[in-house]
Amino acid sequence: MITTSNRGGDHFFNEGFLMMDWFFKFPDMSRSDLREFKKSVDFAFTDFSRTYGENIENFFEPLLMFLVSFEKFFINTPWPFIVLGMLIFAWIGSRSILIVIGTFLSFMLIGYFGMWEDTMSTLAIILVATFLCISIGIPVGIAMARSNKVQATIVPILDIMQTIPSFVYLIPVVMLLGIGKVPGLIAVCIYAIPPIVRLTNLGIRLVDKDILEASDSFGANYWQKLFGVQIPLALPTIFAGVNQTIMMALAMVVIASMIGVKGLGLPVLQAVSNQYLALGLMNGLAIVVLAIIFDRVTQKFGLRMQKYRNNGKD
Amino acid sequence: MSKNDILIKINQLYKIFGHNSIEALDLVKDGMGKDELLEKSNCVLGLNNINLDINRAKIQVIMGLSGSGKSTLIRHLNRLIEPTSGEILVNNEDIISLSPKQLVQFRQNNMSMVFQKFALFPHKTVLHNVGYGLAIQNIAKDEWIEKATRWISRVGLDGYEFYYPGQLSGGMQQRVGLARALSTDAEILLMDEAFSALDPLIRSEMQNILLDLQNELHKTIIFITHDLDEALKIGDRIAILKDGSMVQDSGPQEIIMNPADDYVSDFIKDINRARVIEVRSIMTPTSTKSTGPVAQESMVLEDILQIMSKDPSKPVTIENSKGKITGKIEIGNLIEGMKRPKSQGTNITG
Repeated sequence: MITTSNRGGDHFFNEGFLMMDWFFKFPDMSRSDLREFKKSVDFAFTDFSRTYGENIENFFEPLLMFLVSFEKFFINTPWPFIVLGMLIFAWIGSRSILIVIGTFLSFMLIGYFGMWEDTMSTLAIILVATFLCISIGIPVGIAMARSNKVQATIVPILDIMQTIPSFVYLIPVVMLLGIGKVPGLIAVCIYAIPPIVRLTNLGIRLVDKDILEASDSFGANYWQKLFGVQIPLALPTIFAGVNQTIMMALAMVVIASMIGVKGLGLPVLQAVSNQYLALGLMNGLAIVVLAIIFDRVTQKFGLRMQKYRNNGKD
Repeated sequence: MSKNDILIKINQLYKIFGHNSIEALDLVKDGMGKDELLEKSNCVLGLNNINLDINRAKIQVIMGLSGSGKSTLIRHLNRLIEPTSGEILVNNEDIISLSPKQLVQFRQNNMSMVFQKFALFPHKTVLHNVGYGLAIQNIAKDEWIEKATRWISRVGLDGYEFYYPGQLSGGMQQRVGLARALSTDAEILLMDEAFSALDPLIRSEMQNILLDLQNELHKTIIFITHDLDEALKIGDRIAILKDGSMVQDSGPQEIIMNPADDYVSDFIKDINRARVIEVRSIMTPTSTKSTGPVAQESMVLEDILQIMSKDPSKPVTIENSKGKITGKIEIGNLIEGMKRPKSQGTNITG
């Protein structure tokens, strides 16, 4: 105890102050207590995953089937059909011939450089993840917009989901479900769902109060207001959320590959650990290209949805 | 006016915005004013003991400066704002006690509203905007489209059915707003500064459209405005609000001739009296014909001046619309009538 007093200089502190070593060293838990604490958490979770792991796995079984069949569909369909499908998707979404040409060239290059199959796997998981995020995220966002209490509860959860390092939630997911596609998909969704939830909430809350008042004054009930006025007017904002969700899902592809998701992330991971520059660049760029295509197409689509806003004479 | 003609009756209506509105209500009932209340209890006094009878098939104007509570008052009628205390009877039914379901029914069938900033649905076409009130009642699509089309044409917007509101000018947008409100055939029409956002020419045009429609439809219209000219032009009765209290409720001529206090005097001081005062308000009642020219009692002083200018010394005989002589007027009366009266509240000099 006396030794700690040397930090401040003996002449300065009187005897009473010497007792205050908590002032210089944080009064933390003892090492053994800490070890016990961590152990108990770990054991509790291990127990939990032993008891319920199988149930949880069964619960996600349909999701796995869905994902697998989706992936098979993408890989087994002859490539010209896929390319054609992508071109149609790009055209319907963007109505821009430039984006369609860009999409065509991108897929040709991806195929030529031998990344076709990985790209199809990535495409499958991205689409399934986006689908999941939309079907969970939009209702949650609507609930948040309806009640301030719900909003106050969910916002901190979203904050955690967005800021917690992905590796941290990979641990419990892997403990529960092992390594494979489903845990990867869940990890992607945890990371990618916040924007769609936030922007659905925001979009609905931003709808002009006057217009809601008008809707009320004609005797619209909650659902008529929601589906007839709020969601249609919030759609551009909601779509910005969909766009962000897709982007974040793509960003998670590499991390998801660490727990057994096939696709463009896996070669990137190999390239990092073996210092294969070309392999890393090629697959990395393929991810970028996918991201740009999805981004441009969905953005243009979102813009077209709010065309009625920009054609006023006054 | 007989009792049967009163459609809407507002009794002792109070609205206080803020957390302790119930406690604040007692303070207000004890006579505390708006500023003092805000200081003492952090509550805003919206409406202070409003009592108003609104006649069926008439246009009741509610006037006041910004913040006087007129928009708050009109929103109580369809309960877009809930009162702190008081009752509102429509057809002798207290609408404050309606359940949420009944309220929806009531709004769908009995009242519709036109808004200052139009509040059209920007993502719906003109046709869908006008038909909105009908569509949410689950009326068959053919039926509401037919009705909406008829109303669009009635407000002069034929051919604009498939335009979006953003493609129309302000005046046209408010015609859509008007058609949307009329299409539900509600008996009561609430108009919240409906024409205030329009430029003067268009505003005047819209006022004429409204008066035309009123001649035909005989709705009960509650019309909010801060523009006295507008109030005088369309109002059958004018109620004036100040700081949430009602200062005066009377016919337009009465407002000009006998303002209740300085606040109302202030309102009417810039008005062109020759153009709004009807001669019956200032004539000397008599039933004998004099030698001079004859005029109608609903004529404004300006017109009488024109008639009188040929021979100012002779009095003008006034008759009513049925040709019966009701009074006469001399040049001196005219000059007196042009003079701005002092309010009744302050002592009258001269």
